[in-house]
Amino acid sequence: MTAKPAGRRRGPVSTVGIGTAGSRVWHVNTVAMRAASVEVSGRAGEHGALPEALVGLPITPTDAVGLTERAAALAKRSIKTTAKGAALTLAVRCMDLTTLEGVDTPGKVLSLCAKALRPEPTDPAVPPVAAVCVYPELVGVAAGALAGTPVRVASVAGSFPAGLGPIGVRLAEIADATSAGADEIDIVLNRSAFLAGRYRQAFDEVAASKEAAGHAHLKVILETGELGSYDAVRKASMLAMAAGADFIKTSTGKIGTSATLPVALCMAEAIRDFADADGRAVGLKVAGGIRTAKQSWQYLVVMAETLGPQWLHPDLFRIGASSLLNDVLLQLDRLGTGRYPRPDKTVV
Amino acid sequence: MSTAGGGLGVPKTYKMYVGGAFVRSESGRTYPARSAGGDLLAHAVAGSRKDVRDAVRVARGAQAAWAARTAYNRGQILYRVAEVMDSRRAELIRELARATTGSEATADPAGEVDVAIERWVWYAGWCDKYPQVLGGANPVAGPYFNFTVPEPMGVVGIASPDEAPLLGIVSRLAPALVPGNTAVVLAGERHPLVAVTLAEILATSDVPGGVVNVLTGRRAPLVRALAGHGDVDCVDLSGCDPADHDDADVAAEAERLAAETVTRVVHATVGERHWLEAAAQSPYAISAFCEYKTVWHPKGR
Repeated sequence: MTAKPAGRRRGPVSTVGIGTAGSRVWHVNTVAMRAASVEVSGRAGEHGALPEALVGLPITPTDAVGLTERAAALAKRSIKTTAKGAALTLAVRCMDLTTLEGVDTPGKVLSLCAKALRPEPTDPAVPPVAAVCVYPELVGVAAGALAGTPVRVASVAGSFPAGLGPIGVRLAEIADATSAGADEIDIVLNRSAFLAGRYRQAFDEVAASKEAAGHAHLKVILETGELGSYDAVRKASMLAMAAGADFIKTSTGKIGTSATLPVALCMAEAIRDFADADGRAVGLKVAGGIRTAKQSWQYLVVMAETLGPQWLHPDLFRIGASSLLNDVLLQLDRLGTGRYPRPDKTVV
Repeated sequence: MSTAGGGLGVPKTYKMYVGGAFVRSESGRTYPARSAGGDLLAHAVAGSRKDVRDAVRVARGAQAAWAARTAYNRGQILYRVAEVMDSRRAELIRELARATTGSEATADPAGEVDVAIERWVWYAGWCDKYPQVLGGANPVAGPYFNFTVPEPMGVVGIASPDEAPLLGIVSRLAPALVPGNTAVVLAGERHPLVAVTLAEILATSDVPGGVVNVLTGRRAPLVRALAGHGDVDCVDLSGCDPADHDDADVAAEAERLAAETVTRVVHATVGERHWLEAAAQSPYAISAFCEYKTVWHPKGR
């Protein structure tokens, strides 16, 4: 990563700050960050220091009430008839059909791939999903089934879901998944380092993962449910994007708190501001706890209103889900026939 | 209903009962519930088609667990409903009396409540007995042990009649619950308030949330939504009075919609429509809400 020219620097409002780098001031709003300040003062050195690549990025304080309120307002947007059909079809196109269970078998992955290619066998108008997301062990199976199709293979890697394995092992896992045929790699941000104020370490690990991933797209999971505040979410978003992430992703789906609309809005705003400062368009993937068609179009509304129609594309927006597709298909079926079908009509 | 005696009283807000919670309509609409004589009693919730869909979803979610309970346990819970009905007997009588005030027909609220409680107890007792009576071992010509067992259909939609605001619901709901179905009940359109009080009784008597959902509102659109919903296994159109011209039209359309989604349609028989009489309760009412599964089991040495 290159350091940002001074002219790009945006002036964040500074109130309370610890550890400065250049003229950037880090804001302290969370318990986690206060813990970091203790560590910084106790162990002077790199802790709390800001990687140069982040200097000048708009890591401004967030407005939690504003985010919640705007997300709630956007969630009320009424989407009907043709717009609803278009939104549901787009949700299918942007979907990462996911199975991340300890009991995943090649057979299950194969049937998921079949479903990814032709989500609704009776209706060819329903497009294929964006990608199938599996554990590294099963990347080969998915890659074989999806070779020559528009559906990509995504793999979690880097000691998913905690992300706390030895860095060498994590990088090897990423490289392994890529060479097995993964087009996209989902890693987790090292929240341990991030929350302890070792931003440099967290940054370097993402950058190294990007390198290890090679041609594959890198999605960085922030696990926002564990970050504690919107300020931390914004800071983690900026850190991941500056370190080279192609996508930033909300959650692993493995902890209780998953994607929420305000968190997605917060990250979308970070993506927008990063694009303004850096010029690079980073994607957003929302994942975890998204089960209903209505939730999916609420996220689409947030994307469209925050980032514009350019981001309503599988290259820049993804929904990671395992059971969402069935509800979307059910709603599409209902739009076509006018009747609510049995939910068990769609399986897998 | 405001408190008796002095004071300002606490007017009751009659809401619908969905998924174990008392909710207003998603549409925000209400309609006036009047006594037979035309006095305004309260504003009942005017449920929408969306409310029907929400109720069907929670009923489907609750069905497997309800059916998986032991027959004995279901019987105990239904008996508990009768207990709570009995303890709130005075309130039920007062509700019914208010609703039927000004009616030309001679009404007997206390009699209707007593029969309703007894009927509920009667059906509670059937929970662990109906399979022996309705099912059985079949004599077949072959080396098979062949037997038939009744099983719950799944989600049952019940349109309740107007002429017996409480007893009509009890007479159709109780037999539907016995084999392990869950229910979406449309209260009688004319006198919906007592159905909400019955829902309060269900809510406080160990019936798991979602097993019974009580909606109030206009019958025709709600019956159409229920009958046309693919995830409803059976609709009971007892609330559509065959003698009433409009009701008969609604029933005919509901049957057409139900046929499109392969939904069973049942009606209370003519005998069963004499709600106060013993003929209105029968194990065959339970049978109407059952699927029959026949098993061929090879036998040999």
